[in-house]
Parts: sequence; structure tokens; C-alpha cells
Amino acid sequence: MALLQISEPGQSPDPHQRRIAVGIDLGTTHSLVAAVRNGVAECLPDGQGGVILPSVVRYLENGGRQIGHEAHAAQADDPENTIASVKRFMGRGLADIAGREKIPYRFIDKPGMLALQTRAGEKSPVEISAEILATLRYRAEDTFNDDLYGAVITVPAYFDEAQRQATKDAAKLAGINVLRLINEPTAAAIAYGLDNASEGIYAVFDLGGGTFDISILRLTQGVFEVVATGGDSALGGDDYDRALADWILNKAGAQAASAGDKAAIKMAARAVKEKLSDAQSVSAQFRAGDATCEVAVSRSDFESVTADLTARTMTAVRKALRDARLSKDEIKGVVMVGGSTRMPQVRRAVAEFFGREPLINLNPDEVVALGAAIQANQLAGNNATGDLLLLDVIPLSLGIETMGGLVERIVPRNETIPTAKAQDFTTYKDGQTALALHVVQGERDLVQDCRSLARFELRGIPPMVAGAARIRVTFTVDADGLLSVDAKEQASGVEARIDVKPSYGLTDDQIAKMLQESFTTAEQDMKARALAEAQVDAQRMLLATQTALDVDGALLPAHERAHIDALMEQLRNVAAASHDAGAIEAATQALAKGTEAFAAERMNHSIQQALAGKNVEAI
Amino acid sequence: MSINLQSSDFDLFGLPERFAQDRAAIDARWKELQREAHPDKFAAQGNAAQRVAMQWSVRINEAYRRLKDPQKRAAYLCELRGFPIDAESNTAMPADFLVEQMEWRESLDEARSQADLDALESELNRSRNETLRRIAQLLDDQGDAGAAAEQVRALMFIERFGHDVEARIDQLGQ
Repeated sequence: MALLQISEPGQSPDPHQRRIAVGIDLGTTHSLVAAVRNGVAECLPDGQGGVILPSVVRYLENGGRQIGHEAHAAQADDPENTIASVKRFMGRGLADIAGREKIPYRFIDKPGMLALQTRAGEKSPVEISAEILATLRYRAEDTFNDDLYGAVITVPAYFDEAQRQATKDAAKLAGINVLRLINEPTAAAIAYGLDNASEGIYAVFDLGGGTFDISILRLTQGVFEVVATGGDSALGGDDYDRALADWILNKAGAQAASAGDKAAIKMAARAVKEKLSDAQSVSAQFRAGDATCEVAVSRSDFESVTADLTARTMTAVRKALRDARLSKDEIKGVVMVGGSTRMPQVRRAVAEFFGREPLINLNPDEVVALGAAIQANQLAGNNATGDLLLLDVIPLSLGIETMGGLVERIVPRNETIPTAKAQDFTTYKDGQTALALHVVQGERDLVQDCRSLARFELRGIPPMVAGAARIRVTFTVDADGLLSVDAKEQASGVEARIDVKPSYGLTDDQIAKMLQESFTTAEQDMKARALAEAQVDAQRMLLATQTALDVDGALLPAHERAHIDALMEQLRNVAAASHDAGAIEAATQALAKGTEAFAAERMNHSIQQALAGKNVEAI
Repeated sequence: MSINLQSSDFDLFGLPERFAQDRAAIDARWKELQREAHPDKFAAQGNAAQRVAMQWSVRINEAYRRLKDPQKRAAYLCELRGFPIDAESNTAMPADFLVEQMEWRESLDEARSQADLDALESELNRSRNETLRRIAQLLDDQGDAGAAAEQVRALMFIERFGHDVEARIDQLGQ
């Protein structure tokens, strides 16, 4: 179904100008990196030729780490220091983790996001994810023998702000420039080439290792509009494994006493599950304590112990259709994503519900990374003819806490992003100079039932009588679904200072600290790295400015052009001569600031062009 | 025509400033504009371009939300013409509508069966369509934004009341 794309002679960019941009599927059970090479998206293999990197990180005695297959193999032997499925802890507190008593890790309960105690010390899920991302980054850089320009990273459509922010923090920690976070189902639709002449409404059914997503997409002329998303961020193949493991244990009359036993039985259950996709009956072998057990499992045994899990996916499908105000006959096709869609009972449930066979011809493990790579290639500017446009929606409502612990909704679920909403607040007491705001995400009416995102304190409000101040707080949600907040007192024009206390996640200071401690600095000279990064940023900025000047230089009056030329010259000189990362960064900043007005002018110009001569008169 | 972030929704979308609109044209124009302004288009062009693109993209989405929803579009037109809705402080509604409101409340209180609620819902639908028809007439033909604003408040009531009815239908279904 996905067609090979061939660029016309002379159409593909000069290889030296090509930016290395990759798509990364940061998955619960495994992760992949893909790139567009010679016009075709493909997953990049590791040294052994495999494309799949198990999302498992093991912390070793000597301060080293194993990431991927080696770590995966060590799970049963060293469960407490071998972290798998870390994605389900991203942006999550300990209380959010269902079935945590069956997970063999030493959790540390922390406000907002939990941490894990390992022999290498306390590790945040963000740090562990960064290890996986950095491994994929090095794989890409080795493949192309060049620095990575940027990456598109996929997240479940259902991920809330905290989980998206944690993902972006992890990329930052891994030294990756995030071009965009995109939803996994959207990436899958891109990989299936549904952008080409596939007008209509599609459902993407994505059952991965730890998350389930259902997305309803409307495709029109290359525009991907997510009309509804739903799912369950704690339902996936792992749950099938666990349900089967419990059943097998029960049947064998055995107990999993140690952490090692727990990991071993889970791996045995997974192997049985995978074999049952083809076979009707399989024998499960595992050890519990000193004994070795053997249990026969038929496909129908497996299907009946997991029937409620499959039913949960279909409940979410129905809800997403209701949200989209669509009936199932209006769906033109169903794309299957995620290794767990290989299970016959899942395929059957989907086919029965929609009354049509789902699309399964691409490898369900690779499809998300491939789509992300296609989008990354376009965002990096390598594909000038590409015109995919992803218009996403916010998956969960954003609100603020009001009197009595109630939630006032500010941005409703499924609203198209980017978006901004302004809300006016006033003071409660005479002379009050500060206000506290609590931002939450979720659909429930009570604050305690929603996820706490951040607490903001607005300070520096001019003293006035109670109720006289008009503080306009603007909540902006960017194209990645991430929130920023700013505030201004309307009468005086005073900008209130905002102190952000993320309820989850990390402050910039914490990230800086982790960077200092992380793998990236353990092996490399910190200074050299900072300098290299400043150089890359400078070149990126110069290239962007030059591209803009080539296209729209005519919009600039001569003196402004001269000013920008001077700033570029200065940055080139500093970058060529200086070994001081700070000086290069300052010159890059100066150019960025000096071109802001030009950027605004270019945007106006492009919008005006879009409007020219296209007025709709007749109705 | 020069367009900027402060232009009206209608100017931004290149549509005539009136209530009657073709939904398909609004949708098509929205996508056309986002194609030009979405931050993704400027991902490789530095932070300044990204920030400006984001402002435009936010503005286009705001206009799209208002234009595509008849109630929001009507409220916006009233405001443009000097009659803001101010739903919190101003409750002026057409006199005959107030009587209708009370009758509906009674019907909801007395509703015992799905059929009662279905009847009330179709009555609400009829009233919604009638109110929209009047709004179109007042704004596009008679140029009476003040009277239109009262009808918009009535429409807002109908929407809210519709949610109450739906909640009752859900209750009955359980």
C-alpha cells in the first residue's frame, strides 16, 4: 500500500544541504529510529542488523549501563536494576501505576513523578528514557556519519501534558532537538500513505506494549485532522502477559516469590502469547523457586483470560466514535498498529465491530517510526514538495482550580491546537499582590479527580482595593500539546511574574543538573560538548536566516537588510574564531532577536498571499 | 486587503461579514490558512519564525472556532456591531421566550418516560432552528443586532437546557 517515492532529477536537495532528521518511536516495550533515505522511509538497524531496540535499561555495578537486548535478557537475573516499560511511568505519580505491587522495582514516591531506586542511585523515568533516546541518536549518527539535526518523536495520542512534557525533557537530556511530538496513530496513517488520495475518515487502532490508543482521523487533501482520540494509557500487551502469567501460575499451583520469579514468569507468558498467534496450543515452561513448571495453554484459554482486556479496547473505540459524532459505518478503514494487534482475538474483535477487515500489511512494530521519519524529513526542510499538514487536537481538557476544589474548564478536550485562552482574575483582599493558580488536566469536575499539571504564583500585582485588579492570564497550548502561561495586570500593564512549580516533571535547573551528571558528560568533555552544540545552533540559525533572505529578502528595507547582514557576519566571525560557547550563543541570540521583525513580516506576507483573490462571495 | 492578527474573523477568512455562511467554505479556508501559518511549516527556520507562526496559527484556530459554530458566530457579529452578549451580566431575552422557558422546565420536571424526553428534545430542536432563522433575519436582512443579541441569549439557554435534557436521558438509560 505504501508506494515508493522517487524524486525527480534535480529535485532532491544537495546532499551536503540535507539535514539528518529521524523519526523515533519511543515505545513501551521497544523503540525504533527511522529515516528517509533516497526518498524511502526505513528503520535504521543496529550493528547486528536488527531494528528493534528493547526499551530496557540496566544499571551495572561499575557505573556502566546496558540498553536494549542485553538489558532485556538480564531482566530475570537483575530485576531491580533493569528497568523495562519505563514509558508507563513518564509524568506519573506512584498512585497512578496500576498493579505496581506486581512490578519488581523499588519505587520512590515523589510529588508529581515517581522515581526508581537502582544501584546507580535514584533515577527519574525521564533519565531512563533519555538513555534509550540517546542510544537511538547514536545509532542514527553512526549510520549517517553526521550530527543529528532533529527528530520527530511519537507519543500516544492520549498522553496528557505531563507525559508529553516528560518525553520532551527526555529528548532534551539526550541532546536531541525535537522538531515535533506527533501522535503515534497519526504517524501510522502517514506511513500507510493515507495522505495520497485517501479522502475520508480512518480509525487507527494502536495496541502496543503498555498503551492503547484509538484515534479517528479525517483526511482531506493532505490535511490530517485528528477529530477524536481516546484509549487507555495503562492497557497494552504487558497486561495480556500479566493476565496470562497469573493464570499460568494459578494453573501450576505455584507462587512467584522473588522478583526474579516474577520477571521469569512474565517472560514465559509473553513467549506463549507470541506463539499462540500462529499455534492453537503451546506449553509454558518456567521456574518458580526451585521447581520447574510446565503448563499447557490453548488459544481459547488465552482468549478467555484476556477477554475483558479486549473488551476494554472496544469500549474505548465506541467512546471515541461518540466523541467524533460518527457511526462505525462512516469509517473508511482501520489501521492496525503495535505488536499486540498480531493477536488473532484483537484482529477479530476489530473486524467484527467495524464490519471490515483492518489494514495489516505494514509491519505493526515499524509503522509508527516510519511515519515519524516521513514527517521529520519534511519538517527539516528536506522535502520541499511535501505538503502534509498535521492539525492535532488536545486530548484532555485543561482547567484551573476555583473555589471549593472545582475545575473551571479553559481549553476543552479535542480542541484544535495550537490554541490560546485568556481568563481574567481579580484579587480577593485589599492590597493583595500575589495570586496562586492551579492548572489541572482531565474531564472530571473535581480537582482531586484530575491530574495536577502545575501551580503558578503570580507576583508583583500592584496593590489595589479588592476586586479592582484585572489580571489577564493567557494559557497557550502549542502544536505539541504543551502548556505555557503568562499574565498581565490590565489596568497598569504590569506583567505579573510567574513562578512555575510543575506538579510533575522537572524544572530547567533539574534538567541542567541531570545533564551534568549524565552519560553525555561522563565520557565527553563538557566544554567541548557545549561548544559543539553552540556551533550547531549557530549554523542552524545562519542557514535559517539565509533561506529566509533568499526567499523573501525583497520584503526588507535596505537598512534592515544591512542590519541583518551585519548580525550574520558577526555570528559567522564569532563562530569561526571563538572557543567560547557563551559568546557564540550570545551572537546567535542577537541574530534571532534581530530577525524577529523580519519573520513577522514574512508571515504577514505569506498569509496575505494565501488570501489574495480567494474571497468567498457567493453563498 | 491587508490582514493582520487584529483583523476580524471574517476578514481573516476572506468571508463576507454576515451570519449566513457556507460551512464547507469555512473548513476549506481554515485548512488553506493553516497550510500557510502552522508552526510546522517553519520548523527549520528558527525560533522567531516559530513564535510568529504560532501566534497566527492560534489566531486562525480561534477564528475558525467562532465562525463554524452558528451561536458563536452570531454572538461575534452582535459584538462587532456594538451589542455584546455579556451573558453573565445581561439576561435580556425575548419576552415570548421566557414563557417558553418556564414551560420546558415544567416538562422536564414532569417527564417520566423516554417518550416524554424525546418529545421535549424535538421541541428544543424546533426552537433552536427557529431561533437561528430569526437571528439570520435580524442580522443579515434587518440589521438589528440589538434584537439579534437577545435571540443569541435565548439560543444559549436552549443549548444549556439541552444538556440538562441529555443528562436526564442518560439517567433514564441506566
